[in-house]
Amino acid sequence: MAEAEAARRVANPLQVLGRSTLAAVRMVGSVGVFAVRGVVAALTPPWFLSQLWRQIVAIGFFSLPVVGLTAIFTGAALALNIFTGGGRFNAEQVMPQIVALGITRELGPVLAALMLAGRVSAAIAAEIGAMRATEQIDAMRTLSTDPFRYLVGPRLLAGVLMLPLLTAVADTIGVAGGWLVATRVLEFNPTVYVRNTLDFLQAWDVVSGLIKAAVFGFIVALMGCYHGYNASGGARGVGRATTHAVVSSAILIFASDYLLTTFFTHAAQ
Amino acid sequence: MTDAVPKLAWKGVTKRFDGRAVLDGLDLSVAPGKSLVIIGGSGQGKSVTIKTALGLMRPEAGKIELDGKNVVGLSEGARRKLFSRIGVLFQGAALFDSLTVWENVAFRLINADGVPRKEARERAIEALDQVRLAPAVADRFPSELSGGMQKRAGLARAVVARPEILFFDEPTTGLDPITAAAINQLISDQVRRLGSTAVSITHDLASAQTIGDEIAMLHDGKIIWRGPAAELRTTDNPYVRQFVEGRAEGPISHAV
Repeated sequence: MAEAEAARRVANPLQVLGRSTLAAVRMVGSVGVFAVRGVVAALTPPWFLSQLWRQIVAIGFFSLPVVGLTAIFTGAALALNIFTGGGRFNAEQVMPQIVALGITRELGPVLAALMLAGRVSAAIAAEIGAMRATEQIDAMRTLSTDPFRYLVGPRLLAGVLMLPLLTAVADTIGVAGGWLVATRVLEFNPTVYVRNTLDFLQAWDVVSGLIKAAVFGFIVALMGCYHGYNASGGARGVGRATTHAVVSSAILIFASDYLLTTFFTHAAQ
Repeated sequence: MTDAVPKLAWKGVTKRFDGRAVLDGLDLSVAPGKSLVIIGGSGQGKSVTIKTALGLMRPEAGKIELDGKNVVGLSEGARRKLFSRIGVLFQGAALFDSLTVWENVAFRLINADGVPRKEARERAIEALDQVRLAPAVADRFPSELSGGMQKRAGLARAVVARPEILFFDEPTTGLDPITAAAINQLISDQVRRLGSTAVSITHDLASAQTIGDEIAMLHDGKIIWRGPAAELRTTDNPYVRQFVEGRAEGPISHAV
């Protein structure tokens, strides 16, 4: 019976398509409502400042090593690639400018956000999911405390505030990685490299990357909170929530990166 | 029951999961200052009964009245105010892992009532003392405590704000008989000391008789027997007798 039912479902692709579409619409609506509740909780009192500080340290400070290491290696590899590739049409000398542009506009915010998706979104989903599984969220409500204000709001705020700062660090270290390779391996003049970079970079290159980072920070924290808060099914459910948080964060980071870049491009014209 | 308004009452409450009615028109009430224990097999809706009263689950039909006022469908703000009159001890204690024991006990005082941390800590340590936990435990984290100590800390958290109504969800599950007896006695002492109304759910008959003035048995979503705690072992209700004697055969077996 069950096999026949499964076969019938597979045989009707329209039904599968319809069911998937409905599930997707439900999911978008559910995330949207959750996001609005989270934003309201983050922006209106009462605020739990000790929780906000705790999340700022967890998301910002403890992510510095992983973001810094990612940035320095990416900056170094990017410098080598641009130098080698640029050599095909005698463009080696613009390598400092391209590294700076690539890091500040794209790679700094995106890579920092991806690192946070792996480190922070997963941790948030696991922590809140475990709290859901052990009735700690129910307990919080019975203690007259709104879990959205205590758990979700501070994480969203910390994500939005910390990722731009981490991106600023990643930008600096990434450019420094390019400078190291350029001066130690490719025999660029250190002073000229720095001057070329600074002369070429515009404030908007950096600022647009930081704006992207704030959006990515919101996405990373939101996906961690959403999947953790809605976890069900004990330890397996917490594991599933963690995976979904990381995967959905990464996809939304790339999608919103494209949309924001398109928007900035049109706005600049 | 007398004609007085019950402290808490479920009136025709129905709650379904996947089409199955876990609570099927439940009618139950508890008088002010009394301790009611709900017993019943696994999956019979005991936890759901408490969760509907707490607003953690919304019933599809029926009313739940606190002091005669329906509390189903209250707004979040009104529910938070209501929770200031309620204390809950969850099955696994549900202590917050990231906070110390005293911060757990004082959670409501600090985060909802705006009590300064110094005063909240003093009140938490006093509450811990009432459940016979030493002040040295206050600065430990829940993961550093045994199951029995976690239950005591959970009890201290439930009673610290002197609630009018206390809920106990399987308070002795997972504990050895001696620790369970100690927890039962502490619950009984605290309910009496505060003069609160208490609703507990349990499989543990010794626990039910220690902490309950009255016992009600839930089966197939309805109360099938209710009586004074002392009559639990003498009633001739076949469902209760099977449950008390722990027999596989009897009227309940077909449902298991």
